[in-house]
Amino acid sequence: MSTTERIIPDRLRSPLEQRLKSWETLLLLVAIGIFIANSLASPYFLNAWNLSDATFNFTEKAMIAFAMALLIISGEIDLSVASTIALASTAMGAAVQMGVGTPGLVMIGLGVGLLCGAFNGVLVTRLGLPSIVVTIGTMSLFRGISYIVLGDQAFRGYPASFSWFGQGYVWWVISFEFVLFAIIAVIYAVLLHRTNFGRAVYAIGNNATGAMFSGIRVQRVKFILFLLTGLMSGVAAICLTARLGSTRPSIATGWELEIVTMVVLGGVSILGGSGTIVGVVIAAFVMGLVTFGLGLLNVPGIVMSIVIGALLIGVIALPRLWSMWRAR
Amino acid sequence: MLKRLITSREALLVGAIVLLLALISSRFPGFITPPNLANVFNDTSPLILLAIGQMIVILTKCIDLSVAANLALTGMVVSMVNVAAPGLPIIVILVVAIGLGTLLGMINGVLVWKLAIPPIVVTLGTMTIFRGIIFVISDGKWVNSHEMSPAFKAFPRTELLGLPVLGWIAILAVIVFTIVMTRTTLGRAFYAAGGNPHAATYAGINVGKTQFWAFTISGALAGLTGYLWVSRFAVSYVDIAGGFELDVVAACVIGGVSIMGGVGTVAGALLGALFLGIIKNALPVVDISPFWQLAISGGAIIVAVALNAQANREKGRIILKRAEQAS
Repeated sequence: MSTTERIIPDRLRSPLEQRLKSWETLLLLVAIGIFIANSLASPYFLNAWNLSDATFNFTEKAMIAFAMALLIISGEIDLSVASTIALASTAMGAAVQMGVGTPGLVMIGLGVGLLCGAFNGVLVTRLGLPSIVVTIGTMSLFRGISYIVLGDQAFRGYPASFSWFGQGYVWWVISFEFVLFAIIAVIYAVLLHRTNFGRAVYAIGNNATGAMFSGIRVQRVKFILFLLTGLMSGVAAICLTARLGSTRPSIATGWELEIVTMVVLGGVSILGGSGTIVGVVIAAFVMGLVTFGLGLLNVPGIVMSIVIGALLIGVIALPRLWSMWRAR
Repeated sequence: MLKRLITSREALLVGAIVLLLALISSRFPGFITPPNLANVFNDTSPLILLAIGQMIVILTKCIDLSVAANLALTGMVVSMVNVAAPGLPIIVILVVAIGLGTLLGMINGVLVWKLAIPPIVVTLGTMTIFRGIIFVISDGKWVNSHEMSPAFKAFPRTELLGLPVLGWIAILAVIVFTIVMTRTTLGRAFYAAGGNPHAATYAGINVGKTQFWAFTISGALAGLTGYLWVSRFAVSYVDIAGGFELDVVAACVIGGVSIMGGVGTVAGALLGALFLGIIKNALPVVDISPFWQLAISGGAIIVAVALNAQANREKGRIILKRAEQAS
């Protein structure tokens, strides 16, 4: 929107310098700082089980954040992710009441996620509607359907084998969710940084018209990104539902904001075109550590939201203030 | 001219609202009696006030997701002021509410204007910060009806000519902002800044500053609504008007305000808000569970934005947008 002058430097920075001065390095330092502060502030922090518990604060959100990162890099956004979780969870809950087993539940969770993603994708890519409005609409719509189905009731009675997705441990303190988070992170890192598809995502985010004339099927790529975001919401819905053991229509309220915060904190430009998966991974850890550390210090959840909100604005404002100050 | 009037967005909406009322009254004639319609209008007034502010923000290519949190924070502050000093005249309360709301709006505005942070990021952030601050200042406690002074609670409910003051304030805001948007330099600048920022810049309009004023107005209206809200419902706590920002955006989108900026009218925002307000009030009457409301407003947003896009396509705005992107 604002016109920024781009100055092309005479000499490129060396790769090492570039890496050291990158957003990810800065973020990593912040993460280490928070880790040290936490372990000094609370004697309960440096405990394998406590740290393992802390990962549940961010693993589900981060799974969606990876897909969201790609979507935001391509210049779109999906605010309906939390509502997709609610709808997928409601569908699984309804299926449990009909006696569907664990494999069926997983299929339903993933299926509903994909359907929600496809719905957003069709509206954005076929009808050419702005994604922010579409997904604000579907955000109400999807959660609204959950409210219609459930009202003030809750679904319970998930089978024990299903609970494993949210409560199971693969080895010692390493939870299933954490392993899934790591695998998904690697998949998305490869997808974004090592494939043609990933390059297409960047190209679309930087210049959609240019990408189109370079032979990239812009609308198809965007549609796939919406599908992926829906699918990841389905995965998160399975993990969260399994962890909580019940479904209420208010499940995962406000997550869309935390997920967007995580992505932006990870150095992904909200205007599209740049960002890395590594950044999002570190941002996930930063947010998880902050939430967990404050929790250990008995700070109420809503106060943490002040910190999250300030982080969101601060991480974007500080570099800009810095460059304004330097330009003087 | 006549054809343009009939096919206009506003005319379509008036038609839709009349049709909606006709449908409801065919089974429940009591719904369209003047006292009940006045009641529905009064109930929709907070939405109307916020939708006007939001429309101005959206006109300038921004979005303000912090309005409901601003409302809740201002509401909490004025009710705490009232508890601490019950004797303060209402005019002081109004000044505090509008002043604080304006200040909160200005914070959004400065971040968008001076630091050029995308508005959606700024207002997502301030939204969570404002809610958090309410918790900090109130310690998570409620301010209940019996703690508020009678005068504090009476103001928005005082009836003049069959309509409570709350409703009159909405009407006043509609009139004032219709004049501002169509008859003042600032009003036209909002359209110009959103319709074509580059051209606006060359025409001597400071786009960032215009956006700042849009956020300031939105904040002032949210602050005012904050007092009216807590005094009308006679309660104040952290989560009041939770998620209301989406209803506000929905009202604008339904009212034909283009999210791309530059297109929208006060009348459109008013009608969009009324459309949602009538649905909300009619649901219990026609015996549909209030749990349907969320899904219905979601569906209405999607249908409205699809219709908007269709209308824009006919005007050939796509070409303009391409040119903008290319520059």
